[in-house]
Amino acid sequence: MPTARALDPIASRQRRLHALYGWMLLAPALILLTLFAFLPTATTLIASVHSRGTARRPSMFNGAENYADLLADPTFWTVLGNNLVYAGITIPVSIALALLMALWADRHLPLRGFVRGAYFTPTILPMIAAANLWLFFYTPGLGVIDSVTGLFGLPPVNWLGQPQTALGAVIAVTVWKEAGFFMIFYLAALQTIPPDLKEAALVEGAGRLTYLRRVLLPLLMPTTAFIFINALINSVKLIDHLFILTKGGPNNTTKLVLYWIWEMAFSYFDRAHAAALTVLVLAVLGAVAVLQFAVLDKRIHYR
Amino acid sequence: MTSVKATRPIPFGDILEAAGAWLLALVWIAPLLFAAWASLHAPGQALDFSLDAPFTLENYRAAWAAAPWPTYALNTLLLVSFTLAGQLVLCTLAGYAFARFSFPGREALFVLVLLQLFILPEVLIVENYAMAARLGLIDSIAGMGLPYVASAFGIFLLRQAFKSVPLELEEAARVEGCSFMGVLWRVYVPAARPVYLAYALVSVATHWNNFLWPLIVTNAPATRPLTVGLSLFGAPESGVNISIISAATLMVVAPLMMAFLIFQRQFIQAFLRAGIR
Repeated sequence: MPTARALDPIASRQRRLHALYGWMLLAPALILLTLFAFLPTATTLIASVHSRGTARRPSMFNGAENYADLLADPTFWTVLGNNLVYAGITIPVSIALALLMALWADRHLPLRGFVRGAYFTPTILPMIAAANLWLFFYTPGLGVIDSVTGLFGLPPVNWLGQPQTALGAVIAVTVWKEAGFFMIFYLAALQTIPPDLKEAALVEGAGRLTYLRRVLLPLLMPTTAFIFINALINSVKLIDHLFILTKGGPNNTTKLVLYWIWEMAFSYFDRAHAAALTVLVLAVLGAVAVLQFAVLDKRIHYR
Repeated sequence: MTSVKATRPIPFGDILEAAGAWLLALVWIAPLLFAAWASLHAPGQALDFSLDAPFTLENYRAAWAAAPWPTYALNTLLLVSFTLAGQLVLCTLAGYAFARFSFPGREALFVLVLLQLFILPEVLIVENYAMAARLGLIDSIAGMGLPYVASAFGIFLLRQAFKSVPLELEEAARVEGCSFMGVLWRVYVPAARPVYLAYALVSVATHWNNFLWPLIVTNAPATRPLTVGLSLFGAPESGVNISIISAATLMVVAPLMMAFLIFQRQFIQAFLRAGIR
């Protein structure tokens, strides 16, 4: 094939040009990702194996000492436990509520627009504003909750101030904030399910609950997986309300990992231990990413 | 919307479910309703839910006078515009590169970008702060926005959108003499318009509400956005009473809330589109 060989240099020049354009198009994004993702990840790793520098003693390599300090610190285990409870409750509860909301918002209800809007509204509020609104509920003696329970003769409760209820109060705000957001994804998925499926199931004599369990839930599995990953990430990320509601107290009972990182770095200026803790969080998030890519996400074509 | 037919008897179960749906909806907006009530009444009567309690706008006046809200609002506006503009440009270019150019290392790079969906800027606050300080970006709009500009989510969304554009369209444009940037501008960007709209709405809502990173990067009131201003204002130690906090909170959420009420359908569609890959 003489023509093909004659074209070859042109084709290879074209390929090189193509590669050059590709890199040029990516360059701005790559520079920013390097500055605010790759380099900080690297410096976090480095800082995590160096001692905390002081004016007299400069920071030096100390191996796994920062990590050992963390593991020896009872606060670490408290905070870890808090975050596990936080994740363990907010994830299933907000997913279940989101599904319920979507099933209701998908039905032909009177005032459906209002119902959908009400469920979704918390999503567009800043977490700080949400915390302020809930503060109004929780204020001991004066808050809405105590005013209502007071009608039944119950004593006032310091919801945010006592260790037994504080984390629960914080969790309620998170669930309130994210359930409506997750509802949207279920709503979208429900609208792709053909209505004949339901009719067929009902003709076969299946009750609504059977239809939900045997037909809807399996079909919604990919959506549930997607929401689960998002909820998992949120259980690390959503901590803004702590700044208003509890500041991690009382007695560290509402301190979550990211809040503790912030506190270590910006209140105690302990960059070394904050870095070690950050590395642990990055490891967990990396594991979540692997889970997502390898196990849950066979629908997306990354290539 | 209301397609309940009056002629057919409505099953009791349906009525029960409708009642449940409404009750949950009421519970869900109750915090906002209570705040609205409190903000319109004198502090002593905030929790006196009798209808004849006199209305007052005094709380709004007090809240407005107590903090530099116009400055905060301007900063939020600048932050949101800066971030969105940067995201649109960078994610378009990067999405185009990943969708239509082949070069060595592309797959590995794409995995690195996708990893950013999980390695959130929030987690890297400590070292990102060090970086922002090194670049002299503390107390600036750019400092608050830049870590979010190379958005992995935006790159991913636009790559998917560009990949779904038929190649014949690009070839036709090339035959007409379009350069590779011309093709991007004339073919790909217009084809992805709905995705841009969806992404823009999500981005604005996200950054309007962002708190932790702006809190860390700003020290001066002159650069603070609304969320940071509100958090300082509402802090219990500031001694401001609940009616005034409610008024301030509602003032801060009002613009986005109003936009949401007006564009509710588009908003929800946008979130749908942006979330479903």
